[in-house]
Amino acid sequence: MRRVVWHGGVLVVLLVLLYPLVWLVSTSFKPAAEVVSTLALLPSKPTVGNYAEVVDGVGGYGVLHYFGNSLLIAVGAVVGNVVSCSLAAYAFGRLHFRGRGPLFGFMMITIMLPHHVVLIPQYVIFQQLGMVNTFWPLVLPKFLATDAFFVFLMVQFIRTLPRELDEAATLDGCGPVGTFRHVILPLLRPALITTAIFTFIWTWNDFFSQLIYLNDPEKFTLPLALQLFVDQATESAFGPMFAMSVLALLPIGLFFLAFQRFLVDGVATSGLKG
Amino acid sequence: MAYLFLSPWILGATLLTIGPMVASLYLSFTDYDLFSAPTWVGFDNYATLFTGDERFWHAAGVTARYVLISVPLKLGVALAVAMLLNRPRKGVGLYRSAFYAPSLLGASVSVALVWRAMFSTDGTVDRVLAAVGLDVGGWVDRPELALLTLVALAVWQFGAPMVIFLAGLKQVPRELHEAAAIDGAGPVRRFAGVTLPLLTPVILFNLVLETIHAFQAFTGAFVVSSGRGGPSDSTLLYTLYLYQRGFTDFRMGYASAMAWVLLVVVAVLTALVFRSARRWVFYAGEDR
Repeated sequence: MRRVVWHGGVLVVLLVLLYPLVWLVSTSFKPAAEVVSTLALLPSKPTVGNYAEVVDGVGGYGVLHYFGNSLLIAVGAVVGNVVSCSLAAYAFGRLHFRGRGPLFGFMMITIMLPHHVVLIPQYVIFQQLGMVNTFWPLVLPKFLATDAFFVFLMVQFIRTLPRELDEAATLDGCGPVGTFRHVILPLLRPALITTAIFTFIWTWNDFFSQLIYLNDPEKFTLPLALQLFVDQATESAFGPMFAMSVLALLPIGLFFLAFQRFLVDGVATSGLKG
Repeated sequence: MAYLFLSPWILGATLLTIGPMVASLYLSFTDYDLFSAPTWVGFDNYATLFTGDERFWHAAGVTARYVLISVPLKLGVALAVAMLLNRPRKGVGLYRSAFYAPSLLGASVSVALVWRAMFSTDGTVDRVLAAVGLDVGGWVDRPELALLTLVALAVWQFGAPMVIFLAGLKQVPRELHEAAAIDGAGPVRRFAGVTLPLLTPVILFNLVLETIHAFQAFTGAFVVSSGRGGPSDSTLLYTLYLYQRGFTDFRMGYASAMAWVLLVVVAVLTALVFRSARRWVFYAGEDR
């Protein structure tokens, strides 16, 4: 009996929590007349008309164009973070060099640093390089390990690997590069996957940097196109807008379903922000 | 050799972090519109900020309210649901994942748009409240309620701190609870006397993380108010005002000064929280 009450209670909380998402998905299938006028959760006649409309075009481009831009940036960011953060993490976690303590301390501080304090000079740099309105400002920094949080995550992971493995590799004639490639990198896989998933999701959802750096609709990503859409939209366009919102959340939803254990355990063990 | 591995990070740290930090500190003492060279104005930007800019103080007030309401509420809900889920029952893993989902989605423009629709006039929230006799109209159109929609959006994402609380609750030794129960302590006493003290390090962690995070909230406010911070500047979060000053008015020097004020405020607050932690955070195995 207590078990039933417990499950009931949890499910009620869950229902309230997930209601906005259910509402979003169901609204995206409503015909134009029903989108704003009814409180009914389910569409009376489900239609894919809203989706057809956004595939055809919003702001001059079909939704797939924006989807492609978002994907390109997110994949670039993932590759950048995985490569640069693992290199730095190996140095911090295993190698001895002058100034390791202070440099590591500095890196930890940068995790907490509000982004705004470097925002404007970074913008000036990319403007001088002629990179405003390109994807470079959104991808290039990732190749320079600016998401220090993931360096920390990987350092923590490397510290749990037995040092005997490194020593065995050294005896077999491996230098630091060989040890990194053949010993550390394969074992680091769980941390690399966590880094890749979170980088993808954060970049995919990112709005602020994309808003600042991209200003030509041709270069727009899904979040920017959505924002453009809502500013131009009249009530009749709400249906397509929500269809586009669903498409924008779809990859994250799929990632979540595929990797939920990974994601939640990543948060539990390292305090990763969602 | 180590520096070879470290070179991307060193490059990033100097060119994209330290360099820009120094540069923005310098710019904060200048007038700079991005197109002509910066001109030195001394402390003018800071003087204007603190004494001549009502919107700055207003934005600071909105942000303070946002942080003070959303962070405790979010952590409270996170802890309550974590307590609810912290038992060996079937389906706990699944529930934990489901509660966490909003934390992944909540930062997106899509969800902010849903919020805007649900809290507007004749939106879901309005109609549900009207059905029970509370006729408040659209929240996003009312200055006294608009900020609360952003608070609701923040609290909705309680999953991430909840997962961290759950991990902390797993560390509380069962024997302590049993011993307290034998001594006659009820559930409330056991929570206050056993669970809560042992959880304080996790509370500190979540508190610092969420506070820093809350100070930088932007997307929700931008989307709900179409980038304006309205109605009547009621959703003008600090970051939104900074964005307007820098990237709409092109007053880059002024915006840099605002960024440094933000940095100092967040740093001082974090330091204060850590200092106070000596008095309320309890580390197991340590005498009090």
